[in-house]
This record gives sequence, structure tokens and C-alpha cells, in this order.
Amino acid sequence: LSAGQPSRKRSHSSGGGSTLLGYIGIDTIIEQMRKKTMKTGFDFNIMVVGPSGLGKSTLVNTLFKSQVSRKSAGWSRDEKIPKTVEIKSVSHVIEEGGVKMKLTVVDTPGFGDQINNDNCWEPISKYINEQFEKFLKEEVNITRKKRIPDTRVHCCVYFIPPTGHSLRQLDVEFMKRLSHSVNIIPVIAKSDTMTVEERQEFKQRVRKELEMNGIEFYPQKEFDDDIEDKSDNDKIREMMPFAVVGSDKEYQVNGKRVLGRKTPWGIIEVENPNHCEFAQLRDFLIRSHLQDLKEVTHNIHYETYRAKRLNDNGGLHPITSNDTQESNL
Amino acid sequence: MSQADKMDKMKQGQFTNPETPGYVGFANLPNQVHRKSVKKGFEFTLMVVGESGLGKSTLINSLFLTDLYPERVIPGAAEKIERTVQIEASTVEIEERGVKLRLTVVDTPGYGDAINSQDCFSTIIAYIDDQFERYLHDESGLNRRHIVDNRVHCCFYFISPLGHGLKPLDVQFMKAIHNKVNVVPVIAKADTLTLRERERLKRRILDEIDEHGIKIYHLPDAESDEDEDFKEQTRILKASIPFAVVGSNQQIEAKGKKVRGRLYPWGVVEVENPEHNDFLKLRTMLITHMQDLQEVTQDLHYENFRSDRLKRGGRLSSHGYVLPLSPAKAPEPEEMDKDMILQEKEAELRRMQEMIAKMQAQMQNQGEGDGQHV
Repeated sequence: LSAGQPSRKRSHSSGGGSTLLGYIGIDTIIEQMRKKTMKTGFDFNIMVVGPSGLGKSTLVNTLFKSQVSRKSAGWSRDEKIPKTVEIKSVSHVIEEGGVKMKLTVVDTPGFGDQINNDNCWEPISKYINEQFEKFLKEEVNITRKKRIPDTRVHCCVYFIPPTGHSLRQLDVEFMKRLSHSVNIIPVIAKSDTMTVEERQEFKQRVRKELEMNGIEFYPQKEFDDDIEDKSDNDKIREMMPFAVVGSDKEYQVNGKRVLGRKTPWGIIEVENPNHCEFAQLRDFLIRSHLQDLKEVTHNIHYETYRAKRLNDNGGLHPITSNDTQESNL
Repeated sequence: MSQADKMDKMKQGQFTNPETPGYVGFANLPNQVHRKSVKKGFEFTLMVVGESGLGKSTLINSLFLTDLYPERVIPGAAEKIERTVQIEASTVEIEERGVKLRLTVVDTPGYGDAINSQDCFSTIIAYIDDQFERYLHDESGLNRRHIVDNRVHCCFYFISPLGHGLKPLDVQFMKAIHNKVNVVPVIAKADTLTLRERERLKRRILDEIDEHGIKIYHLPDAESDEDEDFKEQTRILKASIPFAVVGSNQQIEAKGKKVRGRLYPWGVVEVENPEHNDFLKLRTMLITHMQDLQEVTQDLHYENFRSDRLKRGGRLSSHGYVLPLSPAKAPEPEEMDKDMILQEKEAELRRMQEMIAKMQAQMQNQGEGDGQHV
């Protein structure tokens, strides 16, 4: 150990603190935390909502570049639209750059598919609250697990059909109700049915309607931490809802292999920002705001649920470990 | 992606090229966590316990290169005898390369000073428990976004170099707190010992710690994927416990450069010279294990406290736990009086409100009668 410097390899640029007479190494604490994050891995739970056929499963598979979502390649004879909204969740562990992620995709077949879609959001709302309840029960346990398994929905991608006109009543109802318990990211599905101009007009209209109905989609303005966040998030909010196209087929374009959809009039490149906004959605959702989605879920939505629970029946009994029936791992 | 994220990515170098087909990008998550942690900053509470005059304050100042106690007055013997153990917490905010650390040092003057030190650590234990209690209360409450963590994450216990090992007080105290806080034993004023004497003392202390079943903080072994330097450093640190330290805030001229040290007629003891004492090792250990110290406090000591507390019964209501008073703290007479005083005050308040309401009603009637506006 050499005098004055910890022995780990690190660049020796000038320190920031004016009260310090030397380098202590406090910034290494953050490095320790980063390494811990990498080692422990993390959970991420994404829910997709929208009527069938809008390419929800394909989009999730495209986002995570793996077959993580159950997909029916074309309608097979046996696949019927369920009579009520079902909740189907599938988990996969994927790894990248040394970071392990347990990704759970929660699909909601049957949503918006019936003739009468009254209250079709209820099973979804119930599912979301059930996950909060599960987490809360673990938290108030007398002997708690070190890492409580997190099945709470961190993000709900809502698929808006590309009608080109406006939001449907169902869209408004769903988003209005659920934006208070989950982070909603609206996307315009199958946007290759619109020209760029039509897309822009549709987006403007949708945004106006979202605003008129007081729908706070993610990233919510009220949770911007500071000016830096606000300016980053403002730019994102300007672009939302993202108009996306999904695909898991690859084609050769200009010597590169790209994900796309082949039509007689050309190949729609999914990751080409000139063709659609998939790349922006992916960067936003995964590369920059993944952690924030989890934090808003934990610090805001979960806390809201918890506060309500605590106020409701006058309190919760701390549970002994004998009471928990499931053995969570 | 924001600029900061892009720069982080470039610095990482661990990433595959984002243009690589098949690259999703969630490997960027640790960077996102990093950014948020840097913004939030870090909190750490360090407690120092030991008899007066062992150099605790000097050492703390040396560790963090600050002056935590600028206006210190050293009490004389007469004053010391009268004193019971105090708890003095000082907080300082240190920033380095954009990372903020909010460090709280809890000093315990008066420990071991009285002629009869029989009960000198109950105050300290009560303080530690109190922080746990407070955290438990906050954690069970409604507004959890800004919980302040004042729990004691680490306790440096200063052992005098003048004895032949641990004193009975040392053993008793460490046994009383080893299940509540991470204990790091430190041999103070190590410059009173030769290197041989130091080794002997260290071994003696470790034996006694074993003998009495004292659980001191164990540095976790380096993970298998760490670089060799770090593994070696961890080995050296583990082998040097308990750390024998010398503290000083004075700059002395030695071998042509200015060093922090103590000037004796026979030479200069350099604080930051690993051949002279373990100061650097102590500091390295503290910094590289700050995260782990916090984790052990949270996952072990706090959870033990919490499950004990909850087993004694209670309900989680919106206002925090409603628990029966812990048996150690029987309701003090002052507290009972306080409740009564509170009730009386509330009754008085109600009476006053009724009076005011009556007066207002009267004034209104008068106003209407005379057509005047009061």
C-alpha cells in the first residue's frame, strides 16, 4: 500500500472537495455499489396491454432480442380469443455485459377483444395490486428475506391501435385508471400503416387527448428529480407516444443484417429512426430509464398502495414466518 | 440517451459496441444506478468509543482530513469525575469527485473516565437502540421517501496500548454491543510500542477476543473475480487486525517533504507510513468496506433488532408502530407527567377555543344589532 493512495488501479485526476488535503477515496463507494448491482442482478417486470394482433409479443421480443414473450405466429386454429382478460406471465433470465436480468413479461390476452369491454381493466388492476400486496406482506414479516422477490409491474406498455383518428374511449378509460398505480408508456402499434405525416398528426391528437383527460404517462412530470432530469424527460415526453414497428425477422439491407418487415415496396427497418421510433423507445425504456422505472414503481406507486392499506383497516399485523404459505426464493 | 449516460458508457469499456447486433442495452443498468447514487450521495455513521486521551478525536480528524472538533476544550480531571458518558454526534459533508458523503461521527466522551465505570456503556447502547427504533418507526410510517439513516454502521473501539491486552471493561463493552453494531477494535497511540511489542499485543488481543466469544467485524474475502492487487490488499488487511494506529494533524518536515506525523527527539512517526503504523490500512478498510458495513448493519443488526421488537407484539398502523414500552425502559416518572401535562394542555386548548367561539358569537350578535362591523 503506497502512502496516500489506495492501491486499486484508478486514474488520479484532481479531486473535487476543497476541504480535503488529499485523496481519501470516497468515490470508490459508488463503484462498490455498482459492482454489487452487477453481481446481484435485477428483476424487471413489463406488462403489455392492448387488443390482440397489435404486435405486443413481437415488440417485446424485439426489445429484448430474445424469444421472451409467448407468441402465436399467425393465428392457429386452436388459439381463441379468451372470453375474459387473462393474465399470463413468463419469466426469463437474460444476461448482457455481466449483468443478469430476470425479465418477466406479463401479457393480457383478451383485453379489448370482446364485444362488451366494460371493466376489462379490472383483472389487470387486480393483478397489479396483488403484486403490491405480495411485496407488502414480505416487508412487514417479522423475519424478512434479505432480498424480497419483486414481482411488481415496473412498466405497462399500452398499445394504441393506429386508427389515425384519435384515442378510443377504452384507451382513455384504461390509462386514466391505471396511471395511478403503474407507469404507463403508451405506444402507437404497427405504425407502418401510416405515412410520416399521418403519424405526426395522429401523435399530436393523441397527446392532446391524453392531456385533456389528465393522463399522466411515464415519465410523469411531477416526479422529475431536478432540472437535468426535467430537461431530459421533457424531450422524451415531446416524442411520446412512440410510433413503433416490431419484427423478429432479419433481412439484408446495404450489406447489413437488420430486423425488419419485407414488403413489395420496400423493407421497413425496425431499428432505423427514419422508419419508426422503435430505437428511441428501446433506448428510453432500457438504456436510460430502466432503473428509474423501478424506482418510481417502488417509491411512488408501491408507497401509495401501502399508505392506503395502512390507513384502511387500521393497520397490518406483522406476520410471523409461520403464516407465509408460499416459499419464495 | 443523455450525455452523461453516453460518457459513462464510453468510460466503462466493458460494454460491447452498441452497434453490435443482439445488443439490448440493459447492461447499462449499473451505470443508471451509479448516476442515481452519485446524485443521492451517501450517509455513514461512525461511532468511536474509548477512554479519554487515547487519540480518538485526532484519529477521526486524520481519517477524513477535516477538523471535526474545532473548538475543543479538554476537561480537567476534576470535571471528568463528575461527568457521565455523553453522546456527541457531529456531522460533516465531504465531497470528492462529485460524490457526496454525509459522515456522522458519534463520540462518547466520558467513557471509562469515572472511578467506577460499572455502568458507563448503558448510555451508548441506548443510543444505538434508539437509532434502530427511530429507523423502525420511520420505515413503518407513511412518508418513507426521505428516511434519514442515523443507525450506527461501525464502531471503532479504542484499546489502550499500555496494558497487556484487553481490560475487563473492554471485554464487557464489546460483548454488550457486538450484536448491535459492527465492532472494529483499534490499538490507539501505537507509537508507544515497538513493532515486536505491537505484534505480541495484537496476538494477545485476538486470542482474548476468541476466548470471550466477542464477534468483531469480519472483512469479507475478496471475490474470485477481483484483480490480484485487491485480493492481496484484502489479505493484508485481514492479517493486520486489530489495526495499530497513530493519528496526527500536524505537518512535520521529514526527509525533505512535509508529512503528517509526531516529532520526537528520536525521530518522526509518520502517520501515513505503512511501516510506522496501520493508519492507512484502517482508512482503506473503512472506505473500501463502507458499503459492506452498511449492509451488515441493515441485514443483520437492524433485522435482529426489528424481529426482536416485533415479536414483543405490536401493530403496524399508519402512524408507525404502536408498541408496548420495552422492558428495559420502564416509564419514567417524567414521562408520565408529560402525558398528563399534554392532556391538561389539550383540555385547556379546548376550553379556550370554546371561549373564543362564544366571544365571536357575541360579537356577531352585537354587530347585527348595532349595524356596526367589529
